[in-house]
Amino acid sequence: MSGAIVNVRHLARSFGGKRVLDGIDLDVGAGEFVSLIGASGVGKSTLLKIVAGLDQPTSGTLRIHKPGKPAEVRMMFQEDRLLPWRTVLGNVILGTKGHEADGVDILCAIGLGGRENEYPSVLSGGQRQRTALARALLHQPDLLLLDEPFGALDALTRAAMQELLSSLLRESPRTVLLVTHDVEEALLLSDRVIVMRSGKIARSLSLPGPRPRARGDAELARLKEELISSLLHDEGAPAPSNAARLERALQPHD
Amino acid sequence: MVDATSGNLSASGDLPPSGLWRLSGRVAWQLLPWVLPVLLILLWHGAAISGHLNRSVLPGPLDVVDVTISLVNRGQLQHHILVSLQRVALGFALGAVTGLALGIIVGLSIAARQIADLTVQMVRTVPHLALVPLMIFWFGIGEEPRILLVALGVVFSVYINTVSGIRSVDPKLVEMGRSYGLSKAELIWSIILPGALQQILTGIRYALGVAWLTLVVAETIASREGLGFLAQDARELLRLDVIVLVILIYAVAGWLADFLTRLVEARLLSWHPSYSQQGSRT
Repeated sequence: MSGAIVNVRHLARSFGGKRVLDGIDLDVGAGEFVSLIGASGVGKSTLLKIVAGLDQPTSGTLRIHKPGKPAEVRMMFQEDRLLPWRTVLGNVILGTKGHEADGVDILCAIGLGGRENEYPSVLSGGQRQRTALARALLHQPDLLLLDEPFGALDALTRAAMQELLSSLLRESPRTVLLVTHDVEEALLLSDRVIVMRSGKIARSLSLPGPRPRARGDAELARLKEELISSLLHDEGAPAPSNAARLERALQPHD
Repeated sequence: MVDATSGNLSASGDLPPSGLWRLSGRVAWQLLPWVLPVLLILLWHGAAISGHLNRSVLPGPLDVVDVTISLVNRGQLQHHILVSLQRVALGFALGAVTGLALGIIVGLSIAARQIADLTVQMVRTVPHLALVPLMIFWFGIGEEPRILLVALGVVFSVYINTVSGIRSVDPKLVEMGRSYGLSKAELIWSIILPGALQQILTGIRYALGVAWLTLVVAETIASREGLGFLAQDARELLRLDVIVLVILIYAVAGWLADFLTRLVEARLLSWHPSYSQQGSRT
């Protein structure tokens, strides 16, 4: 399997005394697709940012390596984060010297051939996100980090993007770390689903068989229900005091 | 059935028959902004030849044309315009480059901001034209005080717009750039400056107006050349036609400067949906 190996040991991150990550241990094998799910604010995105090098851990170690050469890491965000003043091709080859030909190739592979010289403002949301995916995949990164990449898309476009990502990974496998709110997405795409709860890893669930999985699968549906109900429990219903406050706020004033 | 068809036919017959109509429509649209100025000049001319206008208060357009021709024939007008243009260009370049450099440094570095911003904000509130007496005292009536005054008028609006333009760049784009391994210089060149460009250009456009304004004042005081001198000299000789000519030249120059910056904007911001549309329409 090609791709980088990720080793995370006792990783912690605090923001102003609040522990967002609390002793994370995580190993991701070469070519493995791991999804991180959990309620809002459990530290999924913080963990991904640290792996991306955009944030520093308060303590603990992170190692990303690949036999023979330094591992290349690329990240894709929830927003497309395309530069509006660069053309589609200019965005895809950002940070690389030249390599227009590679950029054109990857744009063709994701179905945006012929749109190289247009500006992002004329693209649809799905096309913009595909451009962002092309940028992330340029030059075959060893580790692909995805931070809720399809969260802002409509259901149909999201399904199409999931298909596209799966087929691209089938052609050239690499290690992937995906943060998502979408439990079904995690179950469909990954080899392993990790559930996070208040800065810790609460559960690690290895999924059998090749990915992507069939959407209608009964075992998958059962797992999805189970995971969602446990996540709902984490998120918690609004506290009674909050409910009372809300009611007061909604009441007409005299 | 037949009625409906013929109705359709006559409806399509009402539409412009060819591209010629659309072309003339576009030309008319382009000429529309000039209707009002031309109308005003015609009104002015009418008042002058009908005797409603006292020529010793305001000369007519033809008087201004006459004096323009005689000044051009004597080579004076070109000379004064050239001198004024030179001063504006030099002063503007000096002020804009300083403001841009200072703005970039302060916009990018929190330390530089902490050191310089308070001082710049304080100095900014002093009306730069209040420095005219001091400038004359320091530099006499040479070229330096005029060019420095223009530069002073320009520097702050470029500075302020550069700083706030850089501040308003989406931090998510900068984070993206960092995650894609861009160096500091690449980040500035590929993300921060293009993101701030729109506002920097707004500052430059405003600064061009201030530059002309400053020049008028600076040339009216202690000068032997330039458009301001021409107007001042004409006042002493009671040549109203020359004064009106100079005022008209200032108006055209101001419009021209604005037009040029709009062209630059349309070119540099062609990626911007609102600018590309504006560029094709106006």
